[in-house]
Amino acid sequence: MTARPSLDAAQQLLDGLPPTPAVWCSGLRKRYRKRTAVDDVSLTVDRGEVVGLLGPNGAGKTTVIKILLGLVRPDAGDVLLLGKPAGDPYARARVGYLPELFRYQPWLTAAEVLALHVRLAGVAVPAGEQRECLALVGLADRAGDRVAGFSKGMQQRLGLAVALVARPELVVLDEPTSALDPVGRADVRDILLSLKERGVAVLLNSHLIGEVERVCDRVVILDKGKVAAAGSLAELLGRHELRLRLGEVSAEAEARLAEAGELTRTADSFTVTLPAEPDTDSVPDLVADLIRLGVRVHAVEPRRISLEERLLDILRADSGSAR
Amino acid sequence: MTFRTVRIVAALTLREAARRRVLRAIIVMTVALLALSAWGFSRLAAELGTLTSGEARLASSQVLNLVMFGLSLIAALGTAFLAGPTLAGEMESGTALAVLARPVRRSAVLLGKWLGLAVFGSCFVVVAGLAEFVIVQVTMDYWPPQPVAGLALLAAQTTVLLTLGLLLSTVISPMASGIVAVGLFGATWIAGVIGGVGKALGNEGVARVATVARILLPTDGLWQGTMHAIQDPAVLTLFGGAAGGSPFVSEAPLAAMYLVWTALWVSLALGLAALSFQRRDL
Repeated sequence: MTARPSLDAAQQLLDGLPPTPAVWCSGLRKRYRKRTAVDDVSLTVDRGEVVGLLGPNGAGKTTVIKILLGLVRPDAGDVLLLGKPAGDPYARARVGYLPELFRYQPWLTAAEVLALHVRLAGVAVPAGEQRECLALVGLADRAGDRVAGFSKGMQQRLGLAVALVARPELVVLDEPTSALDPVGRADVRDILLSLKERGVAVLLNSHLIGEVERVCDRVVILDKGKVAAAGSLAELLGRHELRLRLGEVSAEAEARLAEAGELTRTADSFTVTLPAEPDTDSVPDLVADLIRLGVRVHAVEPRRISLEERLLDILRADSGSAR
Repeated sequence: MTFRTVRIVAALTLREAARRRVLRAIIVMTVALLALSAWGFSRLAAELGTLTSGEARLASSQVLNLVMFGLSLIAALGTAFLAGPTLAGEMESGTALAVLARPVRRSAVLLGKWLGLAVFGSCFVVVAGLAEFVIVQVTMDYWPPQPVAGLALLAAQTTVLLTLGLLLSTVISPMASGIVAVGLFGATWIAGVIGGVGKALGNEGVARVATVARILLPTDGLWQGTMHAIQDPAVLTLFGGAAGGSPFVSEAPLAAMYLVWTALWVSLALGLAALSFQRRDL
């Protein structure tokens, strides 16, 4: 009985701590023979956060995901899943996973596959809830059919149900829409948004930048096994740029343009990349100064940079510096 | 957690074995073999009307050994071709990804697969073997001296072979692991036959081939034990020392030490398979 107060105090102390991230990894490295697949990757997915993993083919995205889930042994680095070291299988008790290569036991029915995964996860999920999960991915009327007869798209839907069925706190989706039609993609987007609402953390690997842009809070861009850039969408996309078509630009006027932001010039078109949060006066002030300096202003066009452009920029800069 | 995983995976493996086409192939082969042997034994009974009852017993005991060898071959083929795909095939197709990302230990998954296959193989051997014993009893009025031991040793032989199949499937492709396992099974049997000839000729060196092969892979040793348990003891007194040359006569019962070695061999092979599976990148 005397141990009670100190236990309570310890519990209070624990409750007071911020929740551990859904995913935390540091210094991950993996080589396959001579090829380095993952080189010093560190990333974090906070609870309830949706993080997109972007990058070209062969950037190491799937390998990073497999290391996180204990499917591939890293040569170096540490992983914590939901606060537990990934070496302990129990760390994956509340993790749902849809692999890039999605295959399920062809001799089982869709409902049996879900029941199997619920048992493997060690979570008591009533049959009704499992059926709802199948209905969520649009397979309600195929529950009793063997997986062998499923199309690729249906197998991917089933994989999504498998990832969601055991009440996960973290869902890892590797190319979840690769086999889906546009309606299926929209369904996945809705599912991701509802996961976000329920506070489930999601790590999403996708080629479809539009998909990532619409649902993710944060993006990690991988290139050649390294983290090329990482940040919130606001940080990565917050940048605006100003396109100008100018005549009679003096050296002084060009210096004024460069002062406003990073400047690129092709003939009489100028592009100025503005800082993340430009104040409302900066563009009119710049134009006024240019006119004062005798520049003929033909066009001024402010625009936002899309994630796609940003991604290409980062990857090109990366390959440029590598050369 | 580990026990739960073993139980779940074992049940899944049994369900897989029951639902795959391999099962149908095994049933068809077994029924064909049993039907053929029933027909053969009934012919034998009719043809051997002139023999004494002792001679008839000897003949049936010999043919029974032969048919049981056929059964053991079906069991070997069936389990080896189930064991390969169940692990290597799942790794190759990607089925293993979703399963192993669950809170399970790989060693527990492996043990579950092994247990499921061992139960399946043993059930097959017991059911088919018993059916054969009944056929011989009805047609030839012969009942093996130690039916339980015989079936148990045959089940052990099947288990040894499927353990080998599992071990191989952690390193090589599904089909290759099945083929190599069955190939090694055949090679050990042939080594046993060669050793028997060597023994009959009094050539120690050649006889040792069988001993070494039976230690490296205990399938043939267990088969010898099976034959000894189901053959008529009179075979040995009749043929005496000259029986050594026949691959379907076993001279001595299995030593207890050999059973201990078999158990150790299976645990070693399973341990090695678990180690290799654990280190495998998917």
